[in-house]
Amino acid sequence: MMQLLEPRAYPSVLLRWTAPLIAILLTLCSAALLFLALGKPPLQAFHVFFIEPLQTTNGWSELLLKASPLILIAQGLALGFRARIYNIGAEGQFLIGAICASGVAIYTDGLEGWWILPAMVIAGAIGGGMWGGLSAWLKTRFNAEETLTTLMLTYVASYLLSWLVSGPWRDPGGTNFPQSILFADPAMFTPLIDGLRVNGSIFITIVAVPLFWLFVTKSFLAYQLAVGGEAPAAARYAGFSAKYTVWVSLIVSGLTAGIAGAAEAAGPVGQLTLSLSPGYGYAAIIVAWVGRLHPVGMALSGLLLALIYLGGEAAQVSMQLPAAISWLFQGMLLFFLLGSDAFVDYRLKRRRKAAGAAAEAQA
Amino acid sequence: MEASADHSGMPPRLALRHITKRYPGIVANDDVSLTVQPGEIHAVLGENGAGKSTLMKIIYGAVQADAGQIEWNGKPERIATPAAARHLGIGMVFQHFQLFETLSVVENIALALEGHFDLKTLAGRVAEVSRKYGLPLDPQRLVHSLSVGERQRVEIVRCLLQNPQLLILDEPTSVLTPQAVRALFDTLRQLAAEGVSILYISHKLHEIQELCDRATVMQAGKVTGEAEPRQETPASLARMMIGRDLPVCSTSAFAGESQPVLEVRGLSFANPDPFGTSLHDVNLTVHSGEVVGIAGISGNGQAELLAALSGEQISAPQAILLNGNPVGNLHAGRRRDKGLAFVPEERLGRGAVPAMTLAQNFMLTAHRNPDLRSFGLMSRTRARLHAAKCVERFDVRCNGALSAARSLSGGNLQKFIVGREIMQNPRVLIVAQPTWGVDVGAAAFLRQTLLDISRSGVAVLVVSEELEELFEICDRIAVLAGGRLSQPVPREQTDAENIGLLMGGQSQAA
Repeated sequence: MMQLLEPRAYPSVLLRWTAPLIAILLTLCSAALLFLALGKPPLQAFHVFFIEPLQTTNGWSELLLKASPLILIAQGLALGFRARIYNIGAEGQFLIGAICASGVAIYTDGLEGWWILPAMVIAGAIGGGMWGGLSAWLKTRFNAEETLTTLMLTYVASYLLSWLVSGPWRDPGGTNFPQSILFADPAMFTPLIDGLRVNGSIFITIVAVPLFWLFVTKSFLAYQLAVGGEAPAAARYAGFSAKYTVWVSLIVSGLTAGIAGAAEAAGPVGQLTLSLSPGYGYAAIIVAWVGRLHPVGMALSGLLLALIYLGGEAAQVSMQLPAAISWLFQGMLLFFLLGSDAFVDYRLKRRRKAAGAAAEAQA
Repeated sequence: MEASADHSGMPPRLALRHITKRYPGIVANDDVSLTVQPGEIHAVLGENGAGKSTLMKIIYGAVQADAGQIEWNGKPERIATPAAARHLGIGMVFQHFQLFETLSVVENIALALEGHFDLKTLAGRVAEVSRKYGLPLDPQRLVHSLSVGERQRVEIVRCLLQNPQLLILDEPTSVLTPQAVRALFDTLRQLAAEGVSILYISHKLHEIQELCDRATVMQAGKVTGEAEPRQETPASLARMMIGRDLPVCSTSAFAGESQPVLEVRGLSFANPDPFGTSLHDVNLTVHSGEVVGIAGISGNGQAELLAALSGEQISAPQAILLNGNPVGNLHAGRRRDKGLAFVPEERLGRGAVPAMTLAQNFMLTAHRNPDLRSFGLMSRTRARLHAAKCVERFDVRCNGALSAARSLSGGNLQKFIVGREIMQNPRVLIVAQPTWGVDVGAAAFLRQTLLDISRSGVAVLVVSEELEELFEICDRIAVLAGGRLSQPVPREQTDAENIGLLMGGQSQAA
């Protein structure tokens, strides 16, 4: 890369914020080509993807339902990303959160009480936080890269889930399907509007966004994390502990993912199943980057990614496109964003100009 | 002058005409013209940031000028790459050496050569050239075992093997002992007598007076004068270089009661890095009201000693005492709680976070102040006010407290960091290379600031490569060489010669 690009002396702040918009534009262009290749008129496809889902109340409800976990997970991840701690295993922490919350629901089945739902959320938070903490321990104790351990622990989490739902927690009244009992009402978030799936868990995200914004802009802890990410030697010089940074980043990001997992189990799904997560933990990484790690920016990008999820579902139904189309959109978006970011910090080396100047000098 | 007279009938070896080079936001070279005769030792004199290095890079083909032309032996030339420069016969010895530590001397030299050769013949040529020019060098030794002076010889011999007609040296003496400087000068005079032209970049006035036939003085990218250094005085050269007289520091005696504040007792550190330096039984006491200087060439344990003192590297509790309390096992933050302040050599990335504002960077060490932080929350408004106070009090030239640390020049960022540390009201202030890369005016301000703060009762420890600086501000001076610290000697009882012997003698052994 260094042969093609050279660092810019003054990376533009404006460009940094418009990079996501450029990435979105490029994604749309590529998608248009893709639709053409599949024999679908691009304009119709875009209509199905981005307009139709928002033409019904149910569509908006689904949008919020999907955006909420994405935004919540991204808030936690962004904290670590700013400190250059790359937790890419939010998916696993999400699953562990769902498992812990489901455990509470399963063992309190038949009981009544307002405390069951909060207990589930707290159990999910603790579970996700500890799962993230495991990677922190591996990093601080054995210097194991968190990018690897968080990802590998995601597989551990998904096998744990699959063992639970096909073994100890399988619904005895079910027909051998790998899934738990349906949760009772006290273990469920109630829908905000009858007939729609959007539920009270979105208030967790609504409260989390300003809290994270306050935390990032005001707290000394977030400042320490940012210094550790920007300039590790400066953090050492100031006496900020690098291990502390690792622990806080991974536990907080695990915690938000765990809460999102608990809300998913206690919300739209209502039981523990193998197909509990539609990949929120991975998509949230894209949400964090597209939202420029800014709490409010990530709320916007979370809505965008949720729309891509919805559009993908609509395209499957009305245009017979494969399910992979949503993943393709996500992948292209991240790819183009990273590409645009590279051009924010670097520019193409211009050989011709240098040669011209030398020729001028010779003349 | 005698050497150049012999070649008076020939065209100039090198002539630069109206060279201009612009970078975003700055004109590094503005209509610069310069002529070097064969066999002439020509100084390019100027402060940091005056545009000397850019000009040399243009001559060496590493950077292309936006306008202007270069004539080589009377013919216009286009120097597109360093390889082209070498073909013409231009050699350059960089300030920061470009050597592989794990390879031998002859292997390092072979890397820079083109065409066919075998290592054995090359080793013979290296030995021959080094003997001829008084640059003793064993071709088979590994570079990591060489002292800094010897590494410079490798760089010079590497250039000489290509039979250069012009040799460029960028601040060559900044890493040498006074004795090694004299040996280098002898070599350069011998080369000049053989007709090699030499461009000598420096800001050290007495060296230029001693060595150079002519001098081109630069300030802020422009040529401000040409002189024959031997006809000038240091004061007149300084006026050409900075546009006014050289500032001098004023010292007074410390009036208060002098007590030991920082004590180092038998500090040793075995460096796990095979090319790093280990510390051996370092002992040192710094009292309130005095400035103690540690001389020596970087790489002799300076980084290791500073990390051990600041707390970035932890040692045995009793090895370091602060106000009589053991602190050797405390990390940097805890030591700051107890009144230690530290200005590191690396300003960007260690002393300050490059992308953060000055206000944010102020928090780096000032967060202990309850005015700036309460209940885990920081006050951005007050951080900005305090940083603005620091900017004003320490004459930091910038666009206010919200400018990014990396937008400041080296000298101004240094003033900010020193100011920030002083504003924490420390009991002991440790400063590494206080004026490295800093212009003359800012350097004088910084030295005076360190003197003033010491006379207010703070114990000040300065680690520096610049002997003149240490002799200007220190009450006592010790030498760190090969990881061993000599006994500090009062300034009046020693001189550059003695300090140089301590620096050289032991660093050779390392």
